[in-house]
Amino acid sequence: MSPTVNPPAVFTQDELGWVSWIDPLPETELTERHFAGLVDRARAKSEYFRLLVRDPEVLEARTKTDKDIFYNVADGLPRAERELAAAATSRYNGCIYCASVHARFASTYSKRRDDVQRLLDEGVGADLGARWNAVVKASVALATTPIAFGPDNIAELRRAGLDDAEIVDVINGASFFNWANRLMLSLGEPSK
Amino acid sequence: MGMQDIIDTLAGIEPGSALDAIRARRLQARENAQKSYLFLFEPVDAGDFPLAERAAVAAFVTGLHGESPVAAFYREKLAANADGAALVEAIQVEIERGQTSGPYGAFPAGPLSIENKAGLIYRVSAERKPELGARLVAAFEHAHLLVFRPRDAASADMKALQAAGWSSTGIVTFSQLVAFLSFQLRVVSGLRTLAAANA
Repeated sequence: MSPTVNPPAVFTQDELGWVSWIDPLPETELTERHFAGLVDRARAKSEYFRLLVRDPEVLEARTKTDKDIFYNVADGLPRAERELAAAATSRYNGCIYCASVHARFASTYSKRRDDVQRLLDEGVGADLGARWNAVVKASVALATTPIAFGPDNIAELRRAGLDDAEIVDVINGASFFNWANRLMLSLGEPSK
Repeated sequence: MGMQDIIDTLAGIEPGSALDAIRARRLQARENAQKSYLFLFEPVDAGDFPLAERAAVAAFVTGLHGESPVAAFYREKLAANADGAALVEAIQVEIERGQTSGPYGAFPAGPLSIENKAGLIYRVSAERKPELGARLVAAFEHAHLLVFRPRDAASADMKALQAAGWSSTGIVTFSQLVAFLSFQLRVVSGLRTLAAANA
């Protein structure tokens, strides 16, 4: 572990850093193939993305999947609840870094910062009201291995007012964070 | 990319169905989940992570999640690989040895320690190590960690992969493959569940 790392010991909405355990590509070695993989050129400044860009094609496809699942809000679930699914998944899997980013987004878009903080402090059992509870519970069932998501989760999401397109957004958002959490947790660690 | 969408195939989503229409509203996500699959299993450059190893890791990871259409698909993919077919049985035995339920593991020492949950620390059995080889032994042990107790991952786990011959680029693709399958399994399971609820 690098001596400069100061890892957080609790879930937080503060901005954290992230330090890689293996070597990212140096900025000076990036080619056009790598920049295509980064999608946004500014990501060349990020240690995390300069590590993942060792496989540029996979990174590019992953980034575009991520952006559509979370940012394409012309219809379906409001952004706040997509972020809630990401934060709940990260809280349950134990990814302090991902939880910090997506709890912050959930707070920004929902204006329910205290409820989001209770999810971080108390865990996925926190009572956040029927609609959010349904989203959190579905996310947890999807994150469990073997996968525990079943007809009861669909019924609870429907009772909370979600239609099928919105339920698909919960499935996509929560599933995607089972991808993201495993990269952030295994390749490096957060720092305060 | 002409081939049929792999998530649609594994989830049983028919063209023209209600779920097909919903997925069409997230076309970029659908197409790029497909591209992720293709670039992991039909890569531009497989030099750091050969195709037989990719098929072996995929069969192991999806099998650890329990029997499903996804696990069957990757088991067949392994069986169809000239260098992988001989490993199908050994991997099946290791899947059974590694079966448990997650997520579990330890949080950083402090207030979260009360949430620590102990569980299986999987190691490949001694008798199958020669058959699998050092690279796959290290890969399976790390994949099990990522599937069930990702919060336990530490810098020492990276060193174990490196000591078994994994390059930094190979480790990135391997991590993406395990993490991507964690996503694909859940999307397929979620969509199948939703389709069944509507049937």
